[in-house]
Amino acid sequence: MKEITITVNGTAHTLQVENRLLLVHFIREVLNLTGTHIGCDTSSCGACTILLNGKSVKSCTVLAVQANGKEIQTVEGLAPEGSLHPLQEGFKENHGLHCGFCTPGMMMRASELLQNNPNPTEDEIRWGISGNLCRCTGYNNIVKAIQYAGAKIRGEELPSTEPEFV
Amino acid sequence: MIQCKTSKAISGMGHSMKRKEDARFIQGKGNYVDDIKLPGMLYMDIVRSPYAYAKIKKINTEAALKIPGVVAVVTGKDLEQYNLHWMPTLMSDTQMVLPTDTVMYQAQEVAAVIATSRYAARDGKEAVIVEYEPMKPLMDPYKSLNDDAPILRPDKPGKTDNHIWHWQAGSREETEAVFSNADVVVKEQMHIPRIHVASIETCGCVADYDKVDNHLTMYMTTQAPHAIRTVIALVAGHVGLTEEKIRVISPDIGGGFGGKVPVYPGYVIAIAVSFLVGKPVKWIEDRSENLQADSFARDYHITAEMAATKEGKILATRFKILADHGYTDAAANPSKFPIGMFSVCTGSYDYPTSFVEADAVYTNKPPGGVAYRCSFRVTEAVHAIERITDRLAFEIGKDPAKLRIENFIQKDQFPYKSPLGWEYDSGDYVAGLEKAMNAIDYDGLRAEQVEKRKKGELMGIGISTFTEIVGAGPSKDFDILGIKMFDSAEIRVHPTGKAIARFGTKSQGQGHETTYAQIIAEELGIPAEHIQVEEGDTDTAPYGLGTYASRSTPTAGAAAVMAARKLRDKARKIAAYLLEVSEEDLEWEPGKFSVKGAPEKSKTIQELVFAAYTNHPQGMEAGFEATHYYDPPNLTFPSGAYICVVDIDSETFEIKVRRFVAIDDCGHIINPMIVQGQVHGGLTQGIAPAMYEELIYDEAGNILNGTLMDYLVPTAVESPKWETGHVITPSPHHPIGAKGVGESPTVGAPPAIANAIVDALSVYGVTHMDIPITPYKIWKKLKDTGKI
Repeated sequence: MKEITITVNGTAHTLQVENRLLLVHFIREVLNLTGTHIGCDTSSCGACTILLNGKSVKSCTVLAVQANGKEIQTVEGLAPEGSLHPLQEGFKENHGLHCGFCTPGMMMRASELLQNNPNPTEDEIRWGISGNLCRCTGYNNIVKAIQYAGAKIRGEELPSTEPEFV
Repeated sequence: MIQCKTSKAISGMGHSMKRKEDARFIQGKGNYVDDIKLPGMLYMDIVRSPYAYAKIKKINTEAALKIPGVVAVVTGKDLEQYNLHWMPTLMSDTQMVLPTDTVMYQAQEVAAVIATSRYAARDGKEAVIVEYEPMKPLMDPYKSLNDDAPILRPDKPGKTDNHIWHWQAGSREETEAVFSNADVVVKEQMHIPRIHVASIETCGCVADYDKVDNHLTMYMTTQAPHAIRTVIALVAGHVGLTEEKIRVISPDIGGGFGGKVPVYPGYVIAIAVSFLVGKPVKWIEDRSENLQADSFARDYHITAEMAATKEGKILATRFKILADHGYTDAAANPSKFPIGMFSVCTGSYDYPTSFVEADAVYTNKPPGGVAYRCSFRVTEAVHAIERITDRLAFEIGKDPAKLRIENFIQKDQFPYKSPLGWEYDSGDYVAGLEKAMNAIDYDGLRAEQVEKRKKGELMGIGISTFTEIVGAGPSKDFDILGIKMFDSAEIRVHPTGKAIARFGTKSQGQGHETTYAQIIAEELGIPAEHIQVEEGDTDTAPYGLGTYASRSTPTAGAAAVMAARKLRDKARKIAAYLLEVSEEDLEWEPGKFSVKGAPEKSKTIQELVFAAYTNHPQGMEAGFEATHYYDPPNLTFPSGAYICVVDIDSETFEIKVRRFVAIDDCGHIINPMIVQGQVHGGLTQGIAPAMYEELIYDEAGNILNGTLMDYLVPTAVESPKWETGHVITPSPHHPIGAKGVGESPTVGAPPAIANAIVDALSVYGVTHMDIPITPYKIWKKLKDTGKI
């Protein structure tokens, strides 16, 4: 057991944890922040993606003790209560989610992507989220959602959210 | 343009209303099964077999039981005391919950460890020592039928071989007669490989048995909560757990695609343990367990043949199938259809004769198979007909688009009786294909292809013009374990005109909370925003068979319409009473009744609902609630025309999908945004088996790609930018003319992609390649045939 202090969504938590406790289990089961999901056991799916000191990481592949002294942001901390982050708005407006299971991880990954590259091309978005699997949406609308969020963050005119048909 | 009868404020059909369910999902407030935490909850982990076929000599649990936190280790012998070691499958076969003596596939459940924490349960699992006596497994379904093959299911009385069932449709003799006289006969042997739905959420449950009340609450990842409640009652009734004492709750589900229809052993063990210890038990499988042990899809070996005139008029088709079901038939098909709806294999073409026969066998693979986002084996059928149609085009040197157009069932032929007996409800196949050809500039692409071929470049164009069959189904033919495949809706409108509606189905991402509300809004004029939709709780929702096989809109969606129309009839009576006119003098527009010729005399639906509680006519029942159980008169037949363009590197054979246009006909569209989203997602699950996914086993029975590290689910990089559109031919028998759409693209896309790749490789004389088609497979095929 080890005592660790992790700041999660702006609140510091000091707790005794087992050395082997995965960060994702710390988030989900110790702090009861269940927006971060588990979709695999091989760091492949990205459903557990969070920000660790501002960098997106798969929290199933980090031990809680490794996050000692660091800051974490989860989907629950993406926007102040009562408001939506541009990504949350983008996903809703563009039908960027179906079952919602991959969505928090996808948004956390995209938030770092937009931080580093505020105006990504479609290709850069697709490669940028290629560590996150979605089984429902076929990704078209996830790309649109991230483009929408990028425009919103840049303060530009928002792209249409109407579906386009051939 | 899709016409809307209602205003945006009401948001009935045709509006791209933003989804009501999204608010919780985007804020991390979804409630999936692993998010459930109950006081005193125990955790279960499962010991699995490393062998595909072995005798269990001994299970030593001593070390596991010494681990702090481990409460119990459950084996098949423990369950045998309660006669819970076997359970029925949905196909009336039998499946082990836990084995007492033999394991039948790698990763089969062998024992369950119960502990006070997830980590202790995993420690316990590692400490259980099982001694096996391995046997040589049967992995090849053809070898399963050999006389010298070991009998895999001696537990089944009188079983002397590994054959499960034979099924056939059509006339063997008439078909043979057509084939023997035809100008042209083409034939291909195809394998539609074993794949896995791999929904991003795995399966799991929390079984919560209350000893005092003798009541079980079962939170589980199920697409069919009501049917599951009945199954639990049938399996556990003998230990006192009867149906009124069982509540199944299907919380938010992180994708289903058919994989969450079956009852897996883990669920049953969790119930049994909770029943014995009186505490809640959580079981959440990990991804590798999910891929290795939960129901597979497909695994059909198909011989497809087509007979035609030399001009290309299709005369007959013939299909022979060998279905590899693993060690038990745990498919999820309607009872009378062990091969599902495969007999829609005659396709979108007008010809009179077809014959299909299928045999299913046991092997030492995991049991199944489920749908993988398709209506009961329709993907296999569509792949076979669409590939063999292209094969005919190649044989006679005719453009595959032209061949299809010349053979299509024409729009005035609907309702159309197919050679194998289905009554296709509606379609306009020519319009669909022409729209797709225009959108992608088919003629331009063919011209480009000619030029590219001159330069030695590999470019292919593939078409799939498919007909689906969904919405199971009419009670005269469709049941699961005897329960007819109707579905249900219950609408309760509160005095202030706001409603709650409950359904027997269960969304796994399809957006029912939005689309069902829109259907009711369309019928009653109550804004969809004010209609709360609930599903998945057997204590509150009306009985229904659940969501799979694109059945929710055709069945429960129709039930919502019928229930709403009952309420509109009641509203009309109340309006006549309040306005002091006869019912015939009233006319309806969404949201209100007004007097014909005197539109200023009207009552809104909200006023009429309020009157139903406060000022209803004497003799009329108070309240404003209705329920309907909808028994569809026929299935629905969505269709599509898909065209795919691929470029293949002539040296590495890397395949690039350049463009993919999908034109779907799902009848009237409830929410264009959601329909398009379903098509996008289905297309990615179409490219997946076409180019990437296959569960691979070696001869010793080991799965070679049982994790997401090596089972390649497409990412945003592999998934092309999909281009979609629609034609609309309403289903004539569905009350709002809708047909269902969620699975069409998964069904239609693989042959479009395969046809495009084969088209590109036709310069080498290639006529067929089994999916998934990979650069390596292309290289090998060309190498083996001396082409490179």
